[in-house]
Amino acid sequence: MKAAAFSYVRPSTLAEACAILRADEDARLIAGGQTLAPMMAMRLARPSQLVDIARLPELAGVADAGDALVFGAAVRQAEAERSPLVAARLPLLAKALPWVGHQPTRSRGTIGGSVANADPAAEIPLVLATLGGAVDFMTCDGPGHIAAQDFFAGPMMTALPADAVLTAVRFPVWSTPVGVGFHEISARRSDFAYVSAAAQASFDEDGVCIACTLGLGGAAAVPTRLESVALKLAGRRMTDAEIAEALEEAVAALEIMTDSYASPEYRRRVAKELGARALRDARDSAPGSRP
Amino acid sequence: MSAPVTVELNVNGATRTADVEPRTTLLDCLRDEMKLTGAHAGCEHGVCGACTILLDGEPARACLMFAVQADGYRITTVEGLAPAPGELGIVQDAFCETHGMQCGYCTPAMVLTAHALLARNASPTREEIVEAISGNICRCTGYGQIIEAIEVAARRLAVSNAGVEGAP
Amino acid sequence: MSAPGEFRFVSRDRRVREDRRFVAGRGRYVADIERPGMLHVALVHSPHPAARILSIESQAALALPGVRLVLTGEQLAAAVEPLMNGLDTPHVQRYPMAVGQARYAGEWVAAVVADTRAIAEDAAELVEVAYEPLPFVIDAEEAYTPQSTPVHEKHGSNVLLDRTFVWGEVEEHFAQSDHKLALRVTWGRNSTVPIETFGVVASWDPWSDTLDVWASIQMPKYADQIARALRLPGNGVRVHYDVDVGGSYGVKRGIKHTVLVGHLSRLLNRPVRLIEDRLENMRSGDAHGPDRIFDVEVAFNSDGVVNSMKMRALDNAGAYAGRAPFQLGKPIGAIVGPYRIKSVRYQAVSVTSNKAAQEAVRGFGQAPTNYAIESMMDRVAAHVGIDRLEVRRRNFIGADEFPYLIPSGTRYDSGDYHTVMDKVLAHVEWPALLAERDRLRATGMLAGIGVAACLEPSGGNSSFEPLLNEKNNTTTWMESVRINVDALGTVSVMIHTTSSGQGHETLASTVVGEALGLDPDKIRVVRPDSLASLPGNSPVGSRMAIMMGGAAHLAAGKLIDKCKAIAAHQFGCADEAVDYASGSVIERATGRTLAWADLVGVAHRNHHLLPDGMQPGLEATHIYQVPNASELPVDGRIQMYPCHSFEFHMTLVAIDPILGKVEFRRYVIGHDCGVVINPHIVKGMTLGGIAHGIGAALMEEFVYGEDGQMMSQTFMDYLLPSSHEMPHVEIVHHCTPSPLTVLGQKGSGESGYLGAPAAVSGAINDAVAPLGLRFEKLPIRLTKISDAVAAASPKQDRTL
Repeated sequence: MKAAAFSYVRPSTLAEACAILRADEDARLIAGGQTLAPMMAMRLARPSQLVDIARLPELAGVADAGDALVFGAAVRQAEAERSPLVAARLPLLAKALPWVGHQPTRSRGTIGGSVANADPAAEIPLVLATLGGAVDFMTCDGPGHIAAQDFFAGPMMTALPADAVLTAVRFPVWSTPVGVGFHEISARRSDFAYVSAAAQASFDEDGVCIACTLGLGGAAAVPTRLESVALKLAGRRMTDAEIAEALEEAVAALEIMTDSYASPEYRRRVAKELGARALRDARDSAPGSRP
Repeated sequence: MSAPVTVELNVNGATRTADVEPRTTLLDCLRDEMKLTGAHAGCEHGVCGACTILLDGEPARACLMFAVQADGYRITTVEGLAPAPGELGIVQDAFCETHGMQCGYCTPAMVLTAHALLARNASPTREEIVEAISGNICRCTGYGQIIEAIEVAARRLAVSNAGVEGAP
Repeated sequence: MSAPGEFRFVSRDRRVREDRRFVAGRGRYVADIERPGMLHVALVHSPHPAARILSIESQAALALPGVRLVLTGEQLAAAVEPLMNGLDTPHVQRYPMAVGQARYAGEWVAAVVADTRAIAEDAAELVEVAYEPLPFVIDAEEAYTPQSTPVHEKHGSNVLLDRTFVWGEVEEHFAQSDHKLALRVTWGRNSTVPIETFGVVASWDPWSDTLDVWASIQMPKYADQIARALRLPGNGVRVHYDVDVGGSYGVKRGIKHTVLVGHLSRLLNRPVRLIEDRLENMRSGDAHGPDRIFDVEVAFNSDGVVNSMKMRALDNAGAYAGRAPFQLGKPIGAIVGPYRIKSVRYQAVSVTSNKAAQEAVRGFGQAPTNYAIESMMDRVAAHVGIDRLEVRRRNFIGADEFPYLIPSGTRYDSGDYHTVMDKVLAHVEWPALLAERDRLRATGMLAGIGVAACLEPSGGNSSFEPLLNEKNNTTTWMESVRINVDALGTVSVMIHTTSSGQGHETLASTVVGEALGLDPDKIRVVRPDSLASLPGNSPVGSRMAIMMGGAAHLAAGKLIDKCKAIAAHQFGCADEAVDYASGSVIERATGRTLAWADLVGVAHRNHHLLPDGMQPGLEATHIYQVPNASELPVDGRIQMYPCHSFEFHMTLVAIDPILGKVEFRRYVIGHDCGVVINPHIVKGMTLGGIAHGIGAALMEEFVYGEDGQMMSQTFMDYLLPSSHEMPHVEIVHHCTPSPLTVLGQKGSGESGYLGAPAAVSGAINDAVAPLGLRFEKLPIRLTKISDAVAAASPKQDRTL
């Protein structure tokens, strides 16, 4: 299991990286490499050159933009996991990060890499979709921006232009205090999820839901935010019964992914259950909720 | 095949160079070029953890990184842990105390992972130990005596006042 | 035989000496072996489960810089002997690589040798093979039918073995019994999958006509098999036993790898190495384990007493025979488990299929058989409405009945099954455990308790060979130890095998230290290469505590006798008038003493002080025959292994009914392997075996698709339990010494694995029993549990 031969470049600027991608369609970006390296070892990926963007200064750091936290694409998952800023401002991401791979893979894997890889069962893309975030990218033609709901196009497929460098990932931060919930099921803890569910909710002083969001991973071809659930539960107290009812319809409408690991029935059943658990956790951990 | 490039790595506190193809993993570079054979190949696709090394004190998979990516990091392999030839560090000794191994193949990775854990958490709970080693597969022990070894090491480190030797 | 309390070193809390080098990263594994000018091998694999090989074109591969050779299966077959078959099936020929026809997806078709492994892989992609796909068969039952396509056309069918044994009055016992029931359970194809893949380095020296071999092996008669296949004299192969093996648990056999690499080294006059990568290991390492369907009928009384059993075991051996069919033979030595079942009909069927070839796996077929027997006992209990524990209690062989002859000819050496079970029940506080299960159930979880009472036959010999192949008349499976005391008085012990984590250096030094009364830490253990080795059969069949321990103890005894003779001669008394203790010989009557240094001095320097005819030096050798095992089979009956360890598993699981995930709330094992030599080693074996068993029960399987492709080739698909999946295991000890062994010891190398799958399966089935469900195929994946539970209770809303 040795990778096919390639050449290695480490551009010193973002512009340089963009130029390489434009010139060579077989070039691939590498940052953490925790997904790409095994694909290369099995020769399922055979880039002509690896463009190492892990140390580009343009891709580093987490910035607080008020209504969002903006992660440089090369921010390591472990770095985000330990960031007090993430813990305080993005509790949903903080809750999901320990589920990403294992600690040794999080110490190398990046936020941007996970998003760009677009595994339907991956946790970071799920949180991005659930919160309705966005990504920034750069090509030789200049910067661009794609909202999460348009970004994930299918399993391991995104709307990112082929010669683009994903530069930043924007996770919205709500202005009101939130509660969050995250659940997933896999054969072993830290395996890819058969189904995962992420939820966030906010309540007013009367215990009425101001806003909530629920996303499901692993169930469909892309991480999916269930818009109808958010609509149904807003303005309600989010009782268990209301949650169950909202999920019933939303999950029934979902186009469930099929593979050899779990039956579609399993995914649908568990999506409903984990969705409900995530929402209940979000509710119960949110200030002001009184179901 | 593509042209070899020279990599300069900081391994166990010393600067080492090697001429490798870009496709050479850090694992193969350490083992084949630098003759540090304590890191082992188990799956070469990032699941078993037998190749674990420390990068700036954090456990990482040496099979999921190319050597050309590894300059500028402090790399620690199991060979960098023993305080002196023939002398075991506290963590290593604790693994011997509880027999936290059988065939020894996953052991260097387990010992390094334990080091990293104890460096950031001096008194881990059993659950924290289980979580820390969960990325390292052991087929021999069922993990029980490995967990015990880390518990023993934590207790000994607490009274030794030494901190985790060799760790950053 | 001494009671445990009388030992100075045996059974004591002493460190395992091998561990020091491992924690320092100083183990020396085959991938760490470097030879000057060493070349590397990669393989070309068949993409088809069955295909005729029309042509192999290697020009493009050879044109790549750094490529030395491309060898096809046909070229290799012309130069070597076929690999050994266990059974007498001459038309099921096996060579290291496919010859003319590929018989499973992944099978080696050609080998590429290059300066680096990466280049060899580059070149392997460039070897062009033209195939004509052929019909194939994956399913064992289909393969068993006469109309299935034979994997080996010349053999005429897929049946390698179809043998029915009848031991005792089976039909009569069935007719006399109050109840009968039938069940089918299926053991999925899994394996022990060591973290180190198989690897071998071979180096041919044309100036001494010697093939040096370093390999990660655990294989009886490895050097002999290599020499035979390569048409070399036996003393032309030197296997280096001082290689640490990174786990094996049965599977590291590597004959085909070694024959290939040995031949390549001779062709190229260069050292050649093949280290399987993980994909090669999984799909073409020929290291999968049993793959077995059991059809069991059982006859029993209303009180739960089992009278007779009919079992058919249909095993899918894969594409070649090898030793796989013998894994149906070994369990004959414990075919009734720990129970007093009076008669048995056993049909052992092994078929070829277009799956990868099977190899020996921990327990050599015993774990699947135990799973079938224990599933049967649970069904009997449910049928008669008597508690599972009580049914087992009523059927257990009593402690006063040993040695106990089972219908198939094996005499169990010793045991106290009732006491071990009672100790476990006391430890868990059985009523409290039941209450905990019921409490979990009341919260909406599924919860169940599983039990398994299983034997670990140990002291492995090969009685299954003559039993299943009448051309094979092997009646010994010896092991040897040599002890040498040098002129300075220090002791070296020679053992003649590789080790894969069993701690043989600790075993040998502990036993010799105990016998000689010398500090084991000062005893060196040496592994000569195969040319300097005495006969042995490698650490298979839970044998080394018994066999290496036995040889070591008896060699030490010879050494003591020599010391006594030297001293008695000096004292002018009879040998019987002196005692040996802790290195000194004392004349009983006078208290006169000859100390160790003096004994050594006389032996090494003073021939004039030696008794007449005594050889100088202080050395002893013992080649130890397996106890109680020198007979050929009679009427399909034979003594299989000599000793029988016992384990009683009890586990409480909780299952989220929607997610299906099995969580262990309690795992207890009562373990009796006689006198324990090193408690740390036995504990580790037991816990590790349970981990293997949990994997087999819940997640590990080599899955083949309908297209004949193996779908679990990576560690992302073949799931090994991590620390999260392993419960904390509580061990309850018991010691029933074996009367057959030097210290009362029995084997423990397979412990845990032999009962855990049955216990876990039993717990899950107890949990789902209220829903009318039963799982009868391993592994029981969580998705399967969830789907079944949902189907069984469609209307229920079991929101937790």
